[in-house]
Amino acid sequence: MLVLIPLLPFAGFVINAFVGRRLSKTVSGGLACLVMVAAFLVAAITGWTVISGGHAIEQTLFTWLPSGDLQIPFALRVDPLATVMILVVTGIGALIHVYSIGYMHEETDGEYARYFSYLNLFASFMLVLVLGANFPVMFIGWEGVGLCSYLLIGFWFRKKPAADAGKKAFVVNRIGDFGFILGMLLLFASFHTLDFQGVALAAAARAPETATFGLMTAATLLLFLGATGKSAQIPLYVWLPDAMEGPTPVSALIHAATMVTAGVYMIARNAVLFSHAPTTLAVVAGIGVATALMAGTIGLVQNDIKRVLAYSTVSQLGYMFLAMGMGAYAAGIFHLYTHAFFKALLFLGSGAVIHALAGEQDLRNMGGLKKALPVTYWTFLTGAIAIAGVPPLSGFFSKDEILFRTFTGTAVNGWNGRPLLWLIGIVTSLLTATYMFRLVFMAFHGERRHDAPAAPVRPEEEEPGAPVPPLPGPVYSDLPAVDRTHGATHASHAHEGAHLHDAPPSMAIPLIVLAIGSIVAGFIGVPHAIWGSNRIETFLDPSFEVSREAAATEPGAPLVDVPPAAEPHEDTGRELTLMAVSTGIAFAGIGIAMYFWLRNRAASDRMARRFAALHRLLLNKYYVDEIYDAAVVQPIRLLSTSGLWKGVDVGIIDGAVNGVGLSVGAGSRGLRRAQTGSVRTYAASLFLGVVLILGWYLWR
Amino acid sequence: MLTSYVPIFIFIVIAAAFAAFTIVFARLVSAQKPNAIKLEPYECGIEAAGDARDRYSIRYYLIAMLFVIFDVETVFMFPWAVSLGKLAVFGLIEMLLFLFILVVGYFYAWRKGALEWQL
Amino acid sequence: MPPGFSSSDFYYLMPELVITAGALLVLALDVLLPRAWERVLSWVTVAVILGAGLALVPSAGQNLTIARDLVAIDGFATFFKVLFLVAAALTVLMSPRYLTLENVHPGEYYFLVLCATLGMMFMAGGVDLITLFIGLETMAVSFYVLTGIIRPNKRSNEAAIKYFVLGAFSLGLLLYGMSILYGLTGSTHLRVIATSLVAGDGGLLLPFAVMLLVAGIGFKIAAVPFHMWAPDVYEGAPTPITAFLSVGSKAASFAMLLRIFVAGLPAFRADGLGTAWGQPFGWGAFFYVLAVVTMTVGNLAALTQGNIKRLLAYSSIAHAGYILIGIVAGSTRGVSAALVYLMIYAFMQLGAFAVVVMLRRKDIIGDELKDLTGLYATHPGAAIAMLVFMLSLGGIPPTAGFMGKFWVFGAAIDAGYVWLAVIGVLNSAVSLYYYIRIVVFMWISEEEEKSAAFGISPAVATVLAVTLAMTVLLGIYPRLLFDFAQASAASLGSVPSLGLR
Repeated sequence: MLVLIPLLPFAGFVINAFVGRRLSKTVSGGLACLVMVAAFLVAAITGWTVISGGHAIEQTLFTWLPSGDLQIPFALRVDPLATVMILVVTGIGALIHVYSIGYMHEETDGEYARYFSYLNLFASFMLVLVLGANFPVMFIGWEGVGLCSYLLIGFWFRKKPAADAGKKAFVVNRIGDFGFILGMLLLFASFHTLDFQGVALAAAARAPETATFGLMTAATLLLFLGATGKSAQIPLYVWLPDAMEGPTPVSALIHAATMVTAGVYMIARNAVLFSHAPTTLAVVAGIGVATALMAGTIGLVQNDIKRVLAYSTVSQLGYMFLAMGMGAYAAGIFHLYTHAFFKALLFLGSGAVIHALAGEQDLRNMGGLKKALPVTYWTFLTGAIAIAGVPPLSGFFSKDEILFRTFTGTAVNGWNGRPLLWLIGIVTSLLTATYMFRLVFMAFHGERRHDAPAAPVRPEEEEPGAPVPPLPGPVYSDLPAVDRTHGATHASHAHEGAHLHDAPPSMAIPLIVLAIGSIVAGFIGVPHAIWGSNRIETFLDPSFEVSREAAATEPGAPLVDVPPAAEPHEDTGRELTLMAVSTGIAFAGIGIAMYFWLRNRAASDRMARRFAALHRLLLNKYYVDEIYDAAVVQPIRLLSTSGLWKGVDVGIIDGAVNGVGLSVGAGSRGLRRAQTGSVRTYAASLFLGVVLILGWYLWR
Repeated sequence: MLTSYVPIFIFIVIAAAFAAFTIVFARLVSAQKPNAIKLEPYECGIEAAGDARDRYSIRYYLIAMLFVIFDVETVFMFPWAVSLGKLAVFGLIEMLLFLFILVVGYFYAWRKGALEWQL
Repeated sequence: MPPGFSSSDFYYLMPELVITAGALLVLALDVLLPRAWERVLSWVTVAVILGAGLALVPSAGQNLTIARDLVAIDGFATFFKVLFLVAAALTVLMSPRYLTLENVHPGEYYFLVLCATLGMMFMAGGVDLITLFIGLETMAVSFYVLTGIIRPNKRSNEAAIKYFVLGAFSLGLLLYGMSILYGLTGSTHLRVIATSLVAGDGGLLLPFAVMLLVAGIGFKIAAVPFHMWAPDVYEGAPTPITAFLSVGSKAASFAMLLRIFVAGLPAFRADGLGTAWGQPFGWGAFFYVLAVVTMTVGNLAALTQGNIKRLLAYSSIAHAGYILIGIVAGSTRGVSAALVYLMIYAFMQLGAFAVVVMLRRKDIIGDELKDLTGLYATHPGAAIAMLVFMLSLGGIPPTAGFMGKFWVFGAAIDAGYVWLAVIGVLNSAVSLYYYIRIVVFMWISEEEEKSAAFGISPAVATVLAVTLAMTVLLGIYPRLLFDFAQASAASLGSVPSLGLR
C-alpha cells in the first residue's frame, strides 16, 4: 500500500519518459496529473489510517543492504510527521501539476512530456525521501530530488542561465550531500543501525552531549550541513535564487512542496538525535535566524518578481530552522505545512502574472494589474496576507507559534540568547510583510507601466550581480546560441497592447484552491491561548519521541527519558502579548510598504539614494556569489587546468599528439622528438614516485 | 646481510675509477690535433657514407622475431629431453601439447604470409 | 603422473584450458575461414567465454590449491574470474562494428582478448609470485598489441609504444620487488612468505621491496603518481579495448595486489616497516597516501577534459583511488567492499564505453564531448542508459555506484579511517560535476544535426541492456553480490592449504 504512493508518480514518469513524445499533450499532461491525484488519494487514505489508528504503518519491501549481522531493509514508514509531509507533497504537488497543464501548453509535445515526466519523477523521489524508514532509503530520495531539480531548473537548457542554474543547484546540493553521507556513515559506524527509530533509540540511550563535543554532535552537524544544502540555508543557499530560471511551476514545486522542505523534515525526523546534541541545535537556530534576516533584507530590494519570492522562501525556511533549533519541531513542521500553501500560491500567482505579461518578470515594468487580472490579484493578495502573518490566516498561527517557542523555549545550549533570536525573528517578520506588500503594490497597484517593450529583459542584464555558475568550464562554448526563451514563447500568443487575459481555468482553479488553503490551513494549529487545541502539535509530537513500540521490541535497551519537549506553559498572558506584538508588526510592515510603494513612491527612491552603498550591497546579494567564485570555484579550476599534472599533460603530451597532425614529414620528426620526450617524462614520474616514497620513508 | 655485497661494491668503484682515470689521463698527456678525417667514425677503414639511421624493411624484424621464438622453443626441448626418463608419459603428452600450440602459431604465421618475402 | 599433480588439477583448470583452446581455435578459424565469414569469429569468441563460464561452475565453493601449489581455486579467484569473463564477453560484443569501421582484422583481435583474459585469470588465481608474474605478462603483452592494433592510426600506435615502454619499466620495478621478497624468504610462494617473514627481516630491504611492489602494481591500477600513461593510452586505444583495459586489467591488478599484500604480507599492514612520526606503519600507509592522491588528482584533472575517453580515463584513475580505500581499511569488510566496488565499476564503466563505441560512425570518431550532442533526441534509450551510468559513476542512489561507495566508505569508517572516508566523499561530490557535463551534452539537441542518426547494432544493444540492468539491479538488490564478495574476501584471508591430496 505505502509503496504505491511513490510508485504512482514513478509510473507516470516511466510512461512519459519513454513514450511521451508520441502522446498528445492532453494525454501526457492528464496522465501526469492523474497519477498525482491518485497518489494523493492513497496518501489521504494512509493518513486517515494513521490518524485514526494512532500508530505508524510500516512496509518492508526487501532487504536492501545486507552485511553479515547488519541488514538494511528497503522499508517505508508513515507516522504522523510523514503523514503531514505526504499530504503536502501529493496535495500541493497535484495542484502544481494541474497548473502546469495551462502554463506549459506552448511547448512542443515532446518537451511537454519531458516536463511532466520530470515533474512526476520529482514528486516520486520526494515521497521516497519522506517515506523512507532509514537513512539510505531517505538518501535515495534526497539525491533524487537533487537530480530532478537539476533537470527541471535547467529545463530550458538552451538558455545558458537556466543550464548554469541547474548545474549550480546540483553541485551546491552535492556539497551538502557530502555532509549527509558522512553523518550517515558516522551514525552507522557507531550505532550499527540506520533505521530512524533505531537511531533515536540508540541516541536516547546516551546522555545529551550538553557540554561535550561528542559523536552525536558531530553526526548532527554533518547532517545539518546536508540540510543547509537542500533547504537553502547559509552557507549553501546560493542555488535557490538562481533556480528561478526554471519554469515557474517548478519553482513552486521546489519551494513549496518538495526539495527545500527536505532539510527541515530530516531534522524533524531525527528530533531525538538532535535533541541530544544541544550544541548542534544552537547552531541550527543561529543559522536559521541569520538566514531569515539576511534573505529578508535581500528580498527588500530585488526587482525580479520570482527572485523576491525566492528570497522570501529562504527567509521562511530560516524560521523553520529556528524552530528546529529551539526544539519546537512541531511548530517548525506546522510552519512548513502552512508555508506550502501560501508559497505555492504566491509562485503560481506570479506565474500567472508572467504568463499574462508574455514573460515579463521585472516588477518595475508591472503595475496596475489589479483590474486586468482579478483572480490572480485576489488570490495573490491572500497569499501575501498569509505570509505576512495577519490573523487569522494560516501564516499567522505557524509563525506566531515559532516566535512564541523561541521566546519561551529551553533549547539554546546554556546561552540565554532567546530574546535576541526572538527579536531578529520579529524584525524579519517586519521585513517579510514589507517586501511582500512592496511586491503586491508594485505589481498590481498604481499605474500600468507595461508599455515597455515586449521583449523580456532578463534580470541578469540589469543586475550587476549576475549569477556566477560554478566552474564555468568549456562546456557551453560549443552550445548553440540562445535561440528561444520562455518569454518569447509566451509572446507568441501576442497580447501586448491588447487586453491582458487572466489565468485560464487550469491555472485559476489551483490558485483558488490554494488561496482557500492559505486561509484555513492554520486552524488545525490554533494555540491554547486563544481557546484552540493546537491539534497539529498533539498529532505530531509522537514523531519526535522515541517510539514506545520500538523501545519495547528492543529488549535491554535502556531508555533514558528525554526531557519532554517544553510543555506549553499555561502562560496565556504572555502568549497573548506576543501575539499582539507580531500582529502589530505585520500591520506595521504592510503600512511601511503602503507608504513607500503605494502612497509615496518617490520616498522609496530617495531612501535608495540616501543609502546607496547599502542598497547596492543588498541588490548584489551581499556579493556572496562573487566571493564563492573567487574563493572556491576559480582555485579549483586553476588547479584542474594548470596544475602540475595537467600542465605536463597538455604541454608535453598534447604537444606530441598535435605534432602528429602537423604534416607527415615534419610531423614524424616532431613526433619522434616529442614522443621520446614524453615517455621519458612518464618514466621519470614513475621513478620519481618510487624515489618520493623512498625519500619519505628514509626521512620520516 | 648487505655486508656480503661490500666486495662487489668495492669492485665497481675500482672499475669505474680505472676507466675514468684512463680517459682523463690520456686526455691530459696526449697532444690533440683533430681534423675532419680523424674525427670520422671508424668503419673498417672504408669511408663512411650516408645516415646511420636508415630504414630497414619491416620483414627483417618479422623474420628475426619468428626465428627467435622458434629458436627459444627448441632450446626448451633440451632440458626436457634430458629429463624425459623421469617425466615419463606425462612429460611426453605435455611436450606434444606444447608443440601443438606452437604449430598452431606457426600455421597462423605461415597462412598470414609472414614467411613470404614478397607480399 | 609426476608427484604433485593429479587429474583433478585439470578439472579445476578447465576455465583456463577452455580459454586457451578457444584462443587457438579463433586463430585457426581466422586463417581457415573465408573472409566473408569474419563476423562468425566474434560469436565463436563469445561462445568460448560462455564455455569457460560453465567450466567455472565446479570451482564454486572450493578452497584448495592445485598444480603443485601454484594456483588457488578459492572464492577470491572465482569472484574475479567471473568478473573477467563478463568483462571480456561484453568487450567482444561491443567490438564487431567498431572493428569494421576501423578496418581492424578481427582474428588477432579476438585471440589477444582471450589471451589477456587468460592472463587475468592467473593473476586472480596465482598464489605464487612466479604464477602471478606470468599471468601479468600474458595480460600486459596482449594489451600492448591490442592498444596499437589500429595500424594506420598514429594515436593508437603512439599509445601502444608509450604503454609498452612504461609497462616494461614498471614491470622491472615489480620484478625487482618480487626478487627481494624471494631473497628474504627463499620462496616465491605467498604462504611461505606470509609465515616466514617477521618484522625487521632484511633491515631496509623489506620496506624497499614493498615500495617497489607498490610502484609496480600502482602503475597497473593507474594510481597517482604512476598514472601518467593512462589518459594517453585510454585515448589512443580502440574504444572497446579502452573499456577492457580500464575494467579487466584494473581488476586483475587489484586481484594481484590483494593476493600479494593481504595474503602474502598480512603481518605488515599496519606496522612492521618501521616508524613514521613515532607511529609504526606498514603497507597500509602507502596505500593510504596513494588513495588520497589518486582520488584527488583523478577527479580534479577530469573536471576540464573535453574528450570522453580521456575524461573516463581520469575518472577511472579516481575510481582506483576509491577502491584503494577498501584495501587500506584492510578488514574482510574492506576487502569485500573493494571487490563489490570492482564488480559494480565493471558494469557501469563498460556501459559508458559501450555508448562511446556506439558513437563511432563513418567519418565521426565520436570521442569528443560534442559528439554526444543531441543523443537524447536521436537515441533516447542510449541517452537514458548513459545518464544512469554517469549517475552511478558519480555515486547517486539508487544506482549500483552508490552501493559501492557506501560500502567502501562505510568499511573505512568502520576500520577507523574517518578522514580517508571524508576525503573520499568530498571527491565523489566533486566528481559529479564532470559526469553531469556529459549528461548536459546529450540533452542538447541541434535540429540541423539530427540527420546524423546511426543504428545501434544488436550486439551493442545487448551490452547496453546488460550493463544497464546490472547497474540498476545491483543498486536496488545488491544482496547476492554482497554475499558473494564477502565469502570471496574471507577466502583470501588464508591462502588455502594443499587440497585433495
